[in-house]
Amino acid sequence: MTYEVPEIPGEQTEDPTGHHDEHGWPLWEVFVRPKRGLNHSHAGSLHAPDAEAAVQNARDAYTRRAEGISVWVVPSTAIHASDDSEAMFEPFEDRPYRHPTFYDIPEEVGQM
Amino acid sequence: MTGEDRFLETIEADDKVEPRDWMPDGYRKTLIRQIAQHAHSEVIGMQPEGNWITRAPTLMRKIILMAKVQDEAGHGLYLYSAAETLGVSRDELQHLLHTGKQKYSSIFNYPTLSWADIGAIGWLVDGAAIVNQIALQQTSYGPYARAMVKICKEESFHARQGYSILLALSRGSEAQRAMMQDAVDRWWWPSLMMFGPPDAESTHTEQSMEWKIKRVTNDELRQRFVDQTVPQGQHLGVTFPDPDLAYDEGTGHWMIGDIDWDEFWAVVKGDGRLNRERIAAKVRAWEGGAWVREAATAYAEKVNLRRTA
Repeated sequence: MTYEVPEIPGEQTEDPTGHHDEHGWPLWEVFVRPKRGLNHSHAGSLHAPDAEAAVQNARDAYTRRAEGISVWVVPSTAIHASDDSEAMFEPFEDRPYRHPTFYDIPEEVGQM
Repeated sequence: MTGEDRFLETIEADDKVEPRDWMPDGYRKTLIRQIAQHAHSEVIGMQPEGNWITRAPTLMRKIILMAKVQDEAGHGLYLYSAAETLGVSRDELQHLLHTGKQKYSSIFNYPTLSWADIGAIGWLVDGAAIVNQIALQQTSYGPYARAMVKICKEESFHARQGYSILLALSRGSEAQRAMMQDAVDRWWWPSLMMFGPPDAESTHTEQSMEWKIKRVTNDELRQRFVDQTVPQGQHLGVTFPDPDLAYDEGTGHWMIGDIDWDEFWAVVKGDGRLNRERIAAKVRAWEGGAWVREAATAYAEKVNLRRTA
């Protein structure tokens, strides 16, 4: 369906960003472990008043179809992110010798 | 490399733009608007179906419908979360919906008059939504694309449960078949309108396609939907309320007659059957739930105090 409904009179056209949540519930990042033996991985986020409620909501929102057997919730503000600029990760691209495929092994030697 | 160069390179390479990347103001604004409308549609979409939960014909149909309506709430959540990564707050989006400053899909301004409507919505409305959302899985903004992947997985249950309702009716009595036909008669055209105005009149399409927010045009998506849906309708034994509907041997496509765009614009502009009622019900639910939110906040504060004391 088109979710870009045509613009009509009365629609807000100014930038809606910059407002804060009034009820002040913090944002939580949700991590789900799909089954034993696998890592928890990021599933999404949600608002909740505290960790207990966040876990409950995460269960309802992200594991309605047995997608997981365990959830973690982490306050979004507790996550510190890397600076994703080129300088941070690019040096690794010119170090192919760190990968096994850099080395040619004679066929007679077999699997290594 | 400047932020803009990197943005253009990302789009060109069919890579995803992520929240902390530089992006043009217009790109951010277009996405907030579209994702918000999409989220609002999921949330308002709970009303026409919720209308039949207490009157579902069997307990099995009832729990299925409850699960579906719960899914719609979940879809709204995924999408609001995606919008929030663009710097807009949840409360602000809600406020814009409640005050009519942001829209939701017009399809939800039509009433659900019979049980067959629940079948028709699943089959046609969710069917149309799936065609659109499959295309949107390729959208250029990462959080939106990921939300679409998750939603598409769940949405296929929605379409199939709807079709299953109609299949049961098609094997039922004369009156049940008539009820099914009546529902299809009322939902067919609005479902086609869901894809939006024809490409020639769609003001946002060009820029959105350039930014790869939108990957397939309105008319092309509509055609995909028609082609997949008409044979499914034939299997049910229903007719479509379009005397011009015909299979074109040359192109292999089903050709439809003219869509009544006056009706579309009237509903978009607020004069659908239920525009006012839908928003009033939404505001009522929000206000009615205020004490729950207050209690949850108070409880969290109390527990926190006890922990730190």
